[in-house]
Amino acid sequence: MNNLGTIFKRELASYFLTPLAYIFIVIFLLLNGIFTFYLGQFFQRGQADLQPFFEFHPYLYLILIPPIAMRLWAEEHKSGSIELLMTLPISLAEAVLGKFLAAWCFTAVALAGTFPIWLTVSYLGDPDHGIIIAGYLGSLLMAGAYLAIGSAMSAVTQNQVIAFVISVLVCFLFIVSGFPIVLDFFSGWAPAFVVNAIASLSFLTHFDAIIQGVIDLKDIIYFASLIGFWLFANAVLVEIKKS
Amino acid sequence: MGLLSALGAPKSWGEKSVQAMVSVSNLTRKFGEFTAVDDLSFKVAPGEVVGFLGPNGAGKSTTMKMITGFLAATAGQIEVCGLNIDTDPKQVKQRIGYLPEGAPMYGDMTTQRFLGFIAQVRGYRGAEINNRIDAAIERLELEEVRYQTIETLSKGFKRRVGLAQAILHDPSVLVLDEPTDGLDPNQKYQVRKLIKDIASEKAIIISTHILEEVDAVCSRALIIARGRLLADGTPTELMTRAEGHNTIELVTGAAQADALQQALSGLSGVASIDTTISRDNADNRVLRLRPNDGADLLDSVNALISETNLPVQQIHRQQGRMEQLFRQLTTTDTEAG
Repeated sequence: MNNLGTIFKRELASYFLTPLAYIFIVIFLLLNGIFTFYLGQFFQRGQADLQPFFEFHPYLYLILIPPIAMRLWAEEHKSGSIELLMTLPISLAEAVLGKFLAAWCFTAVALAGTFPIWLTVSYLGDPDHGIIIAGYLGSLLMAGAYLAIGSAMSAVTQNQVIAFVISVLVCFLFIVSGFPIVLDFFSGWAPAFVVNAIASLSFLTHFDAIIQGVIDLKDIIYFASLIGFWLFANAVLVEIKKS
Repeated sequence: MGLLSALGAPKSWGEKSVQAMVSVSNLTRKFGEFTAVDDLSFKVAPGEVVGFLGPNGAGKSTTMKMITGFLAATAGQIEVCGLNIDTDPKQVKQRIGYLPEGAPMYGDMTTQRFLGFIAQVRGYRGAEINNRIDAAIERLELEEVRYQTIETLSKGFKRRVGLAQAILHDPSVLVLDEPTDGLDPNQKYQVRKLIKDIASEKAIIISTHILEEVDAVCSRALIIARGRLLADGTPTELMTRAEGHNTIELVTGAAQADALQQALSGLSGVASIDTTISRDNADNRVLRLRPNDGADLLDSVNALISETNLPVQQIHRQQGRMEQLFRQLTTTDTEAG
């Protein structure tokens, strides 16, 4: 894993080589603000917590995370630099992980930019900081799962737009599987354990638990294994695509 | 030579690897039903510059991609410096410098940053990184584009950055896929000179479809078509196999042409003689004498001329042309297949 750091640094730096990264962060913060204050009715609720802020993250990430990941492999395929990368003394695991961690780190930077909202709520009231920290951790974990999906989908194609669209689609499936409408469809005829299994696949089920301040090991394992699975898929897809 | 001698020999050279740095045996690669590389075997020794020659789609790039570990072989073995690519991919990759076709790179990085990335991946740390970058930049004359992003560079500079990347760690084996493709004549000359300069202790494989290049830089050429090895030899050896090798051209006046042809046709070893009107002078005739099996008949022709005392204005022996051999081998193959 000597070259994990080298790949990570190169990828992270490449986010900031164009103004796009800064524009992205601005959009990220703006959308977060709009959702929290208007749709989430942050002030009207009169409660000192960040519930309305975190609640929208699964939906925001659906649109905001795939653009971070879509470039990771699609661009390598398009420019042909995949051939350079894969003939350097770098293992596939180092490349996949390095890229993923760089994207995750970039997301963390964007998420960290939302700290004024924490300051605001602390100034206005006396929030439970433990729950807020849990919320941030949960949000970052969930972003990791979105990124892993996006990264795997980016390895399928050399077209970033296609990578974006299919990542949104796959991520959407992982959200929608927790919706009552989907679960009702199954609950009519499928046995209960199937319905539960489908519900437990959803980001929402696990994320909601975390932002309530309940850090359950099973939710963390859920996100971690999701990341692990999709990164493994990512490596397999890179291997298939190049031959 | 600073760049070359700085690194020294990799630690684990086996006895065998000194004889052949690259050893390919029975290499086959299939893409579905299509066989891109078909039972290819060859060895490359240190100091050799081997040119892969072949029409487009002959399997040159596929072979290179397998040697460099980008593609897995369907069957066959590849050893680089005595190490097997399947069991020691990282070690093999560390010993190879590779310029993929079209020199793809990270266009958003500057030359300096890109080479820095390569140096780090190659395991250099601290001051060594900059030493390596400086040496490569000096060798490829990239100083003026050091801080420019690669995507803004001209084709020639891009190719040179690609070469700088390939030689940065002073590899034992260099694999260059069409290193001069798309370069102007001066740039081609520069790249060829570089290859010759660094060739002494390395095994170098280049692919090209520019035939003059083989003559200019390669110590050996492999002609490949449809994934099969059709010919393997030094450029001079190969040229003797070309049709028309040792053809003797004589220029003489129109009046003596018939008599000369008569006399020459009596020589043993002559396959055919044809006579054409000289392009330079309509009063002159050019006799083209083709020998059997490319034999050298110059001496006997000279002897005959002095014996018969026929006036000959010019006499000239032609070398076989690579182009001729190339067409000969690659087109008959197509027809047969």
